Amino acid sequence: MNRPARSIAPALAIACALLAGCAVAPSRDDPFEQWNRAMYSVHQAVDGNVIKPIAEGYVKATPEPVRTGISNFFGNIDDLFTGINNVLQGKKERAGDDFGRVLLNSTFGIGGILDLASTMGVAKDKTDFGITFGKWGAAQGPYLFIPLFGPTTVRDGTGWLVRIYASPIGFINDVPVRNSVYGLNYLDTRAQLLSAEGVLDAAALDKYRYLRNAYLRARRYQVYEGKPPPEEEE
Amino acid sequence: MIYRWISILFVASLALTAQAQTQEAPDVLVKRVAEDVLQTIRSDKDLQAGNQAKVKQLIESKLAPHFDFSRMTALAMGRNWRSATPEQQKALTDEFRTLLVRTYSGALSNYRDNTMDYAALRTNPGDTEVTVRTSVRRPGQAPVPIDYSMAKTPDGWKAYDVIVAGVSLVTNYRDEFNDAVKSSGVDGLIKMLVDKNKGPTPK
Repeated sequence: MNRPARSIAPALAIACALLAGCAVAPSRDDPFEQWNRAMYSVHQAVDGNVIKPIAEGYVKATPEPVRTGISNFFGNIDDLFTGINNVLQGKKERAGDDFGRVLLNSTFGIGGILDLASTMGVAKDKTDFGITFGKWGAAQGPYLFIPLFGPTTVRDGTGWLVRIYASPIGFINDVPVRNSVYGLNYLDTRAQLLSAEGVLDAAALDKYRYLRNAYLRARRYQVYEGKPPPEEEE
Repeated sequence: MIYRWISILFVASLALTAQAQTQEAPDVLVKRVAEDVLQTIRSDKDLQAGNQAKVKQLIESKLAPHFDFSRMTALAMGRNWRSATPEQQKALTDEFRTLLVRTYSGALSNYRDNTMDYAALRTNPGDTEVTVRTSVRRPGQAPVPIDYSMAKTPDGWKAYDVIVAGVSLVTNYRDEFNDAVKSSGVDGLIKMLVDKNKGPTPK
């Protein structure tokens, strides 16, 4: 099923080789742990004092239907990239559903504000360039914690750069408008995390480590389509 | 987005509730309990508003009875379990249980808009260990797979691990516990858990 994707693979083989080059980790997945932990502290300080209060204010001040519409709007763009990546991963049927969703939601769903497709039973999917690179054989590379962005790896972060570069929001010519849309996108994402981070606070003895390990496992699970080989014991 | 996965890790426990009918099939049990808890949340404004006393009571009465906390703790401890004394094992189990209940208490009220799908379970009559597969749908988001590892006990089937989007609750805690034991011993880990549980009630 994944065969078709492999024919595209050589085009990115160089990029993958570069990524794999970085991936020769001296200490398993997180060779830069000290640096990452420092970045995590920076993140907690800035996010906790500035970003999080703004996100909480946004949730309080904005009626739920409006927030849902905004989330759906950005979710519609996510669907577009999920579709593209499913093509790159050779999952044509799933990609068809994704593009169908985008088409339906962009038109009858008023530019993506309504998620009509879900109502009609075409479920949302979620994948990205990082997963695609992984399926093509790229190793994760070192784990990175980027302040105000979150957990990632060399491979997944590269995927995000591709995504940002290709995002339709980047094609908005009016700079203030474009930046506002980016800002709203960020705020929407951050607001959606509010309820979940309380769980992390409650659950983890060491939040940095808990988050890292959960992140790496979840990504690995996705690359292996829900059937990852057993982990090596330390 | 990882926060979301972790969050859903805890909706997972929703699937386990109500008076255990002995030897009720595990998938039937998961479905009954999950639907019961979701229904309870949907019909109770206090629960939706996060009333901690009520939430805790819901968890203790409907969810906790369907988890095997001592097995969860033993698995999360890995090879360190055998080096712990029976008293330490008991303390670990009690504190880990408290930690999980507290975590769920903070998260439960968010799940009112969730719906769950249940995969058909293929088992043989003699099975004593099964994995019940479900998936959680939330508006505007891709479904998240949640699997329950369950074992047959004299009191009916009980869950000993919850795997959300590939992240096993037990395995993730094994990393935490392992590092803690390495750096400060079993008593050090117990103290960490006690301190954590004494902290402010998470929201």
